[in-house]
Amino acid sequence: MGNSDGASAISLVLSADPALMEIVRLSLAVSLSAVFFAALIGIPFGALIALTRFRGRDGVIVLLNALMGLPPVVVGLVVFLALSRSGPLGSWGILFTPQAMVIAQAVLVTPIIAALTRQTVEDLWAEYRDELTAMRVGPAGRVATLIWDARFSLVTTLLAGFGRAAAEVGAIIIVGGNIEGFTRTMTTAIALETSKGDLPLAVGLGIVLIAIVVVINAVAWMARVAGERIAG
Amino acid sequence: MTMRGPTSDLPIVLENVGFSAGASHILHDVSLAIPSGGPTVVIGPNGSGKTTLLRILSGLLVATRGCIAWGTRDAVPERLAIVFQRPTMLRRSAAANLRYALRAAHIPRAAHAKRTAELLALVGLEAFGERPARRLSGGEQQRLALARALARDPTVLLLDEPTASLDPAATKSVEEVIRAVAARGIKVVMTTHDLGAARRLAADVVMLHRGRVLATGPSPVFFSTPPNADVATFLAGDLLL
Repeated sequence: MGNSDGASAISLVLSADPALMEIVRLSLAVSLSAVFFAALIGIPFGALIALTRFRGRDGVIVLLNALMGLPPVVVGLVVFLALSRSGPLGSWGILFTPQAMVIAQAVLVTPIIAALTRQTVEDLWAEYRDELTAMRVGPAGRVATLIWDARFSLVTTLLAGFGRAAAEVGAIIIVGGNIEGFTRTMTTAIALETSKGDLPLAVGLGIVLIAIVVVINAVAWMARVAGERIAG
Repeated sequence: MTMRGPTSDLPIVLENVGFSAGASHILHDVSLAIPSGGPTVVIGPNGSGKTTLLRILSGLLVATRGCIAWGTRDAVPERLAIVFQRPTMLRRSAAANLRYALRAAHIPRAAHAKRTAELLALVGLEAFGERPARRLSGGEQQRLALARALARDPTVLLLDEPTASLDPAATKSVEEVIRAVAARGIKVVMTTHDLGAARRLAADVVMLHRGRVLATGPSPVFFSTPPNADVATFLAGDLLL
């Protein structure tokens, strides 16, 4: 990359290029939606695993931890097959749409959120078990209490999920198709523009992607510090 | 919390209660009657089974032998509360810890603000309601734990070493709360290995050693005329082996 490419990239970012902004908007919408849905499933599921004892629990924990390393292209392929016209969810007609990308990323992120939640809640349960049992708090109340009291640690869990979603390209390029103005995100655009030799846009997107991840982490960290100061 | 009359949860009667964890026998044939009235203090050296006994009384542990009756019941009463030696504060303010306990005890929400203020006042923490509970000192946390236990308006309050590792000022504050609670007619059963605290607070004493009841009796007599040589040894501060 020459100096002119770098200058062009910075110029693109500073001028808030409409094409660039649309890609950024879609990327954020897809990844944040995926983390939202993954959290809806992963946090209660992780808490449930933490608080229950059943036959095969160790196997479930090992599987959950292993699924944190799911290869994005494999997830993309599985979601593609499920959503393709002849697949079990083909009637939804959402292949090559942002919705399909959200599903693929949610599948990738859910095990991460569930596994980290399980560990966090289990650690807190060891601390709270006697008190909550003595107060006769029921199972649903225990789950809600532990999730609420672990909220600052769970922010880090959500950030790990967001980091995974925002950085991945393999799954969404398969199920989204990288269609300009419709399913093109920062990571798929970077891959495409690099292969085409349009380095300024690729670098500009890279700068924005890193900046967004840093800003989101900074905001979450400040919220955590402020929250801990208030709640202890 | 009101001054209460006799409760159907007393006396607590234990008959040949034992507790084993694996090959370790922690309590052996404990037979006791814990009457209504002033605080019953369970004393004994470390490892004598005091905490295990309290946990069995609270229902957190189930005796592996023998049987227990709480007054006319054979199940742990709803209005029995326990404070642990190292209470865990929930990650919220002191007042929110109390509101949580009130919710857990199914106290109507409309009464929460008034009850929370009353409980904070009872334990002398009126000025600390909005402070994060985990930032309170050890003595303040112990008093907040007492208030939290009182949220369910208990007839029986179990306290596990409530003044352990507290400085004299904090110990005095906690003991004042215990006296106030007992004066309201709540039956206090507490463990301690602090003989000074036992002398100051007990109406009657139970002494455990190696999981067995070594002696029981009303406090003044127990301390002035030890019922046997082992008790005398322990009360004299000598090592009881």
